[in-house]
Amino acid sequence: MARTFIFLGICTALSIVAFMVLGARGNWDFILSFRGIKLAALVIVAIAIATATIVFQTLTSNRILTPSIMGFDALYILLQTTLVFTLGSFGYVTLQPEMKFALELLLLSSAALLLFGTLLGRGIQDLFRMLLVGVVFGVLCRSLTSLLQRLIDPNEFSFLQGSLFASFNRVDTKLLMIAAPLVLGSCVLVWRKRYVLDVMALGRDQAINLGINYRRELLIGLTLVTALVATSTALVGPVTFFGLLVSAISYELVKTHNHGPVLIIAGLISITVLVGGQAVFERVLGMSATLSIVIEFLGGLVFLFLILRKVRA
Amino acid sequence: MNRPTAAPRIASILWPIVLTISIAGLVLGSLATGAADVSLSELFGGGEAGEFLAVSRLPRTLAAILAGASLAVAGVIMQMLVRNRFVEPATTGTGECAALGLLAMLLLAPEASIFAKMAISSVAAFAGTAIFLALVQKLPPTQPLLVPLTGIVYGSIIAAVTGFIAYENDLLQYLSVWMNGEFSGVLQGRYELLWASGAVALVAYLFADQFTIAGFGKDAAIGLGLNYRTVLISGLSIVALITSFTVLTVGMLPFVGLVVPNIISRFRGDNARATLPLVALMGGFLVLASDLFGRLIRYPYEVPASTVFGVLGAGVFLWLLFARPARRG
Repeated sequence: MARTFIFLGICTALSIVAFMVLGARGNWDFILSFRGIKLAALVIVAIAIATATIVFQTLTSNRILTPSIMGFDALYILLQTTLVFTLGSFGYVTLQPEMKFALELLLLSSAALLLFGTLLGRGIQDLFRMLLVGVVFGVLCRSLTSLLQRLIDPNEFSFLQGSLFASFNRVDTKLLMIAAPLVLGSCVLVWRKRYVLDVMALGRDQAINLGINYRRELLIGLTLVTALVATSTALVGPVTFFGLLVSAISYELVKTHNHGPVLIIAGLISITVLVGGQAVFERVLGMSATLSIVIEFLGGLVFLFLILRKVRA
Repeated sequence: MNRPTAAPRIASILWPIVLTISIAGLVLGSLATGAADVSLSELFGGGEAGEFLAVSRLPRTLAAILAGASLAVAGVIMQMLVRNRFVEPATTGTGECAALGLLAMLLLAPEASIFAKMAISSVAAFAGTAIFLALVQKLPPTQPLLVPLTGIVYGSIIAAVTGFIAYENDLLQYLSVWMNGEFSGVLQGRYELLWASGAVALVAYLFADQFTIAGFGKDAAIGLGLNYRTVLISGLSIVALITSFTVLTVGMLPFVGLVVPNIISRFRGDNARATLPLVALMGGFLVLASDLFGRLIRYPYEVPASTVFGVLGAGVFLWLLFARPARRG
């Protein structure tokens, strides 16, 4: 275990250095501060996705479902678009970014708790039905989003497009000041709850037997997950399979169910893949926007593999 | 599977009549709708307005009906071959493979004729679906929901590959045209391939009984004297051809092949010879309705038919997942 930690720590450090230094020319002061902001955003996103996925998988006691597969981030984009649609682009733009984000977060939390709280409250009986429901729910949200976007006046829409859709390349750094404390706060809460999570992972009935207030912990957990997903989606847009990729590698590397080490390992892997991947793709291969495509490709393969293995077991 | 009661006799006549009348109504609506302000009587009166009709509005209306009808038929055939209610070209990677084939032709042989492109795209769609079928064989029959789940993820993996290639070659624009079906670009001379798609759907009708028997499962079908392999291959070819015709001319319309057969089969059972015409009519009706809705909701701007249908289709899909299976079907 200690060797895994050291190895991953070195990997993380290397990818951060690579991201900051590779291909840099000109004024170092400018480069370091310019890239530093982007790096901070990517690290926050990486930690948010890793933590959200691990916690969500524990709450649902399985290793295949993730918030993004259940359509959380598609739902977030849909809510964002609905806000633009109802407020009008002028109303939306004149809202303070902090206010806007807080409003979106509130909406997403209530929607997610309403939808998934009832769905997950009794524990998952039929995993595959749940997975399919999540995937189709995501499709529904995306279709509704594009329908609404078409209904917004085209002129207003083109004006908004930039602010609506973030990606790994176009990280929305304006939100960093709100995102960073939010993600860190959520992570601290998750960390303090790590032993509760260990018990929750045993499943609903076992956890209740062992004296956990299951409903309360589920609600708290889901709220934290929602906050983390919303933050990462606001910063870089939706990424369906990244969380799954990270959690699969983490559980493969550490053969333990204790959330303490798992959370740290997942965070390190997540940073390595995201920051290192971005450095390699953007600086070395010169293929800027394709990291997300590659992650979706690998994540999709992992997903299929996990499903088939689950079937065999 | 089929309901041998007396009541369906009336229903079997009623359904096609009602659907045909509804389609006729929609056709009139579709012909009368457009950015240019022309009344129906002017349209049929010839002259400049008549040209609108011949060049733009009639082709568009026909394209929607043809694409909807043939995609719905492709959905039924897939569902019988895979023996799963949730498969259709968009949940089995067929559409994504067709687009991959088209993209390959665009890169490797941009000068090739449209028929060569068509052929390669169909072959890619066929191969991709065959791989999916082989993958599905490994899944336990007790978990029917795994099939569409695997198919959707399989499709998104292929879409990622296609997206990667397209991005590196600045061809993403083409990809979004192929994957998002809409009819605003349909003009005379630019949709005629869809007639071929309709013809393929007609051929499917000739094989309807064989597909019904194949739907009993491989062993039962062979026991009943069916050449299962041939039926499987011809069914896959029909699906691949229809999918790539649609992708090339108007773009993919996801969920048509899923929604329509499920609705029809709830009320009319699974005998393909009896239900295929209904499925085709219903498919044409729903796609034309989506297109018309998309044209009217934000007039004079347009919402693509695939977007409208995406909302409808995903909604119906979720409903099917939660609703109890129809016992009488």
